[in-house]
Parts: sequence; structure tokens; C-alpha cells
Amino acid sequence: MQKKIPTRMGDGELVSISAGEIREDIQAATRDAARRAKIPALTPEEMEQLFDIIAEPSRAVSVISGQEVVVTDDGCSMSFYSGQDGGGVGISMSRLQAILTYERALAADTTSMGHSDYSFKPVKPIINFEMNEYYTASMMTTAPLLYGAQPNMGLYFQPDGPHKNPADLLPRGKIKEARNVQAAAAEQLRQDLVFVGKKLNTIGCEGLNFDTGGSAGDADFWAALQAVRDLKKAAPNMPVIMGGSGEFVLGMHGEVEFNGKQLAGMYPHEQAEMAKSAGASIYGVAIGTKTTESVAWNIARAATFVKAAVTAVDIPVHVNVGMGVGGVPMMEAPPIDSVTRASKSLVQIGKADGL
Amino acid sequence: MHIAHIFASGMGGIRTSGDLVAWMQLTKKMKIAEAKQYVAQKLGVEITDLVNEEVMRQLREDLGIGIITSVAGSPKGIRAKLKIAELLGVPINSVDLFKSQTGM
Repeated sequence: MQKKIPTRMGDGELVSISAGEIREDIQAATRDAARRAKIPALTPEEMEQLFDIIAEPSRAVSVISGQEVVVTDDGCSMSFYSGQDGGGVGISMSRLQAILTYERALAADTTSMGHSDYSFKPVKPIINFEMNEYYTASMMTTAPLLYGAQPNMGLYFQPDGPHKNPADLLPRGKIKEARNVQAAAAEQLRQDLVFVGKKLNTIGCEGLNFDTGGSAGDADFWAALQAVRDLKKAAPNMPVIMGGSGEFVLGMHGEVEFNGKQLAGMYPHEQAEMAKSAGASIYGVAIGTKTTESVAWNIARAATFVKAAVTAVDIPVHVNVGMGVGGVPMMEAPPIDSVTRASKSLVQIGKADGL
Repeated sequence: MHIAHIFASGMGGIRTSGDLVAWMQLTKKMKIAEAKQYVAQKLGVEITDLVNEEVMRQLREDLGIGIITSVAGSPKGIRAKLKIAELLGVPINSVDLFKSQTGM
């Protein structure tokens, strides 16, 4: 009887799987990613390397010495003072205290701040407050201080915004009208992203993070790309990070193009090319975790997409490795065994420039 | 979870040289290998020393680019970043604003 290896499912459930089954999961997942995105699968050596990482008996694992990477963040310091819905632990501390704690007590490579809603739209009316807090913090931080938020075009549709909701229009067959409202919302979003970016640039913003671009589909992704391009002209010394929201861009509109290329259906290696051409400093790849598959399956799949994206562009590619992305289990408190295995695998096999 | 990633894969922030390598990725869009090589060359150390606390702790103090522990009077924050921008030869937005405000 084959020895069982303790590992987890994508929902965090602790399971024991045979070595053969883990290898089968890795092979199936990398083939699936390769087929979908038309990219190379992991090599047999890489698959075996991934198996070794998954089967390593230690509870936590880490990259081989010399292969460390930059770990950027998307509002991680907010987790100190926010609540459960933000993954927060609810400590009564100020934003500045949280930022400095993250930098100095946790030795983070970068630190960041953002509005509690973590979307750009609600930042616009309070931009002066955000500028004040950012400016004060930037005088005290030594590591790069990013300002992050999500483009989140969904907030521009009814009932949260002025435009009719395409999710209501599409089921009724009103495709042209759904496309028109998305185009209008995307333009409004683009203007808001640029407005906030320009304002932050005036107080010396060291880096702006467009986190989770494309969450409302291809028009959302277009708005972020256009805003990156606009800001690189208006504020060339302010780095802009752009992150994706999924392994392919959802075609909620279907016909949106950037640089003459259709955005809908773009996989991470193509998304990264668009981000690079817009002028982004770093592109963040996001691959969703499938809860009904093993962690080995999910990491193998994510590593396949990441490796292709890293190869496709000459800008740094970081991987989103929060709850439910990048092979990390989809749960509130992702187990350390799985988190560190995803971390190590995406760096050593996916060749990520950062996380 | 952040701590797990920092432990498993991170460069160590201002304990070592993680912030410096991050500046190169942000300002010059360097891939990780190129960014490490650039920073190591500017610091005059081996690439392996970039994550070596035993080397980086003293070197950071000597260069005045900020250390992890709190020492009264030692550079941190914008004063450290001013030196980091000079050391690495990169534009840092907050530093440029500070310099313009102070007539530097």
C-alpha cells in the first residue's frame, strides 16, 4: 500500500493522498492550464520538484537560499486594525501604527495603505484626507509605501452607481445597451483612477497599486490599463502596479480592445503584456483556487500560468497569493503549510519576480 | 498569512535589503535577478549577502539608509530614503518632493 501524504484541498480540508494521486493531480492541472492558455505545461523535472515541495514533511517550507523575492502587499497593514471581512484582526491601532508595524516588526519589503473600502470610487471624495495620511506616513517609512485600491467598476452600476447594471440588462438580451453602459462606466472609472493618482503624485506617492483590475470584466480591465497609460504621462516618476483579478479577463462586454487587441479571454501572459505596454512597473497575476481540487492541483495550475507570464514580459511579475488565489486555500485563515508551499512553488517553479 | 509569505519567500525588508530591491523593481521595472545584481553592486556585496542580516545590519548603519531597530538619531524614513535614492541612483517621488520643499 502506498504511503499517504498529508496535504489539503482548495477549501483547506486536511486530507491524506497517495504519492501517485498527487503526481496525477500535478500532471492534470498543468495540462489543463497549458490547454486553456495555449502555453507550455510544466516540465517533468518541474512537476517532480513540485511534488517534492508538496510531500516535504515539514509543516512550513521556504525557498532555497538565494532565491528570495520581493514580497509586495495589497493593504496588508490594514489587516491589523480592520475586521473579519477584510481579513483583519481588529486591533485598536491607527493606520500609521499599522504601516510602521508592518515595515519594522514584520520586516516587509514594501508597505502600503488604502481606504477601508479598498476601491477607488469612495476615495475620490475623501482624497484630501488620504493625501494627508499618506504624506505623513511617507515621511516615516523607509521601505516603499504603496497606495492601493481596486478599480472595481461594479460600484459604477445601479444600485451603487449611476449606470444601469449590465448584469440586469444582459439576461434580458439587451446586449448593445449593456455594452454602452459598460463603456460609459469604464470611462468614468478611468477618470477617477487618474484623478486619485494625480492627487497622490502631488504629495510624493512612491507607488500606486491598481489591485484586482478587471474584476467587473474586460471594460474594467481597459479602464485600469488606460489609467496606467494616462498616469505614466502625467506622473512619470510615480510607479504604478497593476494586478489582475482572475486567470482570464471576463468578457462582460466582449469587444473592448487595448492596443488593438481584444481583452476578453486574455490569460495572465497576455494580461502582463498589456500591463507592460500601458507602462506598469509590476504586473500581479491572479489565479483563482478551485476548492474541490487538491492544493497540489491548484499550485501546479497557478505555477504554469505564472511561468508563462514571467517569460512573456521583461517587467517584474508578482503573484497574488492571498486567500483563494495562487494555490492558497480559499478560507479565512489559510493554513501555513499550504501558504508556504504555494509561496515556494510559485517562486522556484513559476519563477515569479515577487509575490 | 502575510507573515508566512515573508518568512517563506521574502527578502527581509529593512532588516536586510528587501526595500532596496523593491525600489529597483518599482522605479526601473527590473526583474528580480537584475534588481538583486544591481543592488549588490551598488552596495559592494555578494548577491547572497543581500539577505544576510550579519552583513546588511552594519552596512545599512554605515550607509545611513535605515536599520530595523530603533536608534535615536539614526536615519529612518525620509532621511534614509534620501540616501537610498542617491545610493541606487533612482527617483523616489517622496524624496523629490522633500528636496524641493527644503531647497536641497
